[in-house]
Amino acid sequence: MRIGVITFPGSLDDRDAQRAVKLGGGEPVALWHGDHDLKNVDAIVLPGGFSYGDYLRAGAIAAHSPIMSEVVAAANGGMPVLGICNGFQILVESHLLPGGLVRNDHGDFVCRDQKLRVENVDTAWSNGFKEDEEIIIPLKNGEGGYIADQATLDRLEGEGQVVFRYLEVNPNGSANDIAGISNARGNVVGLMPHPEHATEPGFGPDTRVAMRSGTDGLTFFTSAISSLMANA
Amino acid sequence: MPTIVVEVMPKAEILDPQGKAVAGALVRLDKSEFTSVRIGKRFELTVEGPITDELLAEAREIANDLLANTVIEDVIYVGEARSADDAQGA
Repeated sequence: MRIGVITFPGSLDDRDAQRAVKLGGGEPVALWHGDHDLKNVDAIVLPGGFSYGDYLRAGAIAAHSPIMSEVVAAANGGMPVLGICNGFQILVESHLLPGGLVRNDHGDFVCRDQKLRVENVDTAWSNGFKEDEEIIIPLKNGEGGYIADQATLDRLEGEGQVVFRYLEVNPNGSANDIAGISNARGNVVGLMPHPEHATEPGFGPDTRVAMRSGTDGLTFFTSAISSLMANA
Repeated sequence: MPTIVVEVMPKAEILDPQGKAVAGALVRLDKSEFTSVRIGKRFELTVEGPITDELLAEAREIANDLLANTVIEDVIYVGEARSADDAQGA
C-alpha cells in the first residue's frame, strides 16, 4: 500500500512519518506541497512540524497550498488521511475536520509522553486498537488547544468522532480533553500527539517495560493498511 | 496607495493567551485599572486603483476565507483605511 507523506515548507517530521509507514508495512511516497500530484497513493499523511512559518494561524497558509485541492478531493472520496500536529491544524483549516486549534492555555510549548485513550476503533487510522485501549504517544506543541462551539462538541461526542482523549493530564487546554478527532465517515483523522515517534523500539516513549520502548504509534499505520486491504 | 483595512479579533468566548499574558504584565506594572486585554490582528491590503465596491466585496471574501478562521475569530472591520495616515503604507 502506497502511503504519501506531504512535505510543506517547515515540515519537521515528514521523514519520521515515512519511516513509520515503512515500519508499519507500507510503501512511503514523498509528496510535495507545491505539486498537484498525489502519485497514485492509497492514503495520505500530513506530518508535524510547521508550515509557512505558521504565519497568520498554524496551518492556515498550508491549507491553501496547491496539493491541498487534491487532498480535499481525495478525502471527500474516502481516502484515509491522517493529520499529525501541524497536519491536524492544516486539516481543520481546510475544513476537512471541524473546530480549531489555539495556543496552549498555559502559554508554553509542551513536550511529553502523553497517555491517551482510544475511544473510536472504527476509523481508518485506529481500527487496530482495542476499544478504550490506553496508549502512550509523544506530544509536542505550542498551539494544540482544541476548540469548537458547543454544538460541534456535542455532535463530535454524540457521533463518536472523538477518537483520542487525553488521560491524566490535559496538556494544552483542549475542550473535553480532546486529543484527536475524525470526520463523520472515519477516513480523515487528526490529532496533536505524534504517533510516528512511537513506532520503533529504542526510539519511542518510555514505558513500564523499558526506556524508549513504546511503539503504540505503529498501530495507526498498520490500521490504515488493514483498512485499505479490507476495501481493496 | 489606497488601502483596505481588515481587522480580526478572537471570538469573545475563546481564551486569548496573548491578551492574558499582557494583562498580567499590566498588573505587574501597577496599571490594574485595565482589567482585561484581548489581542487581534489588523491587515492592510494595498490596491493599485481606487477602492471600489467590488474590491471591498473581494476583501470581505478573503477576510472570511483566509485572513480569519471564523471558527475561532470574528472579522470585525473591512473597509477603506479610515484616514490618509491611518494606513502605514499610505
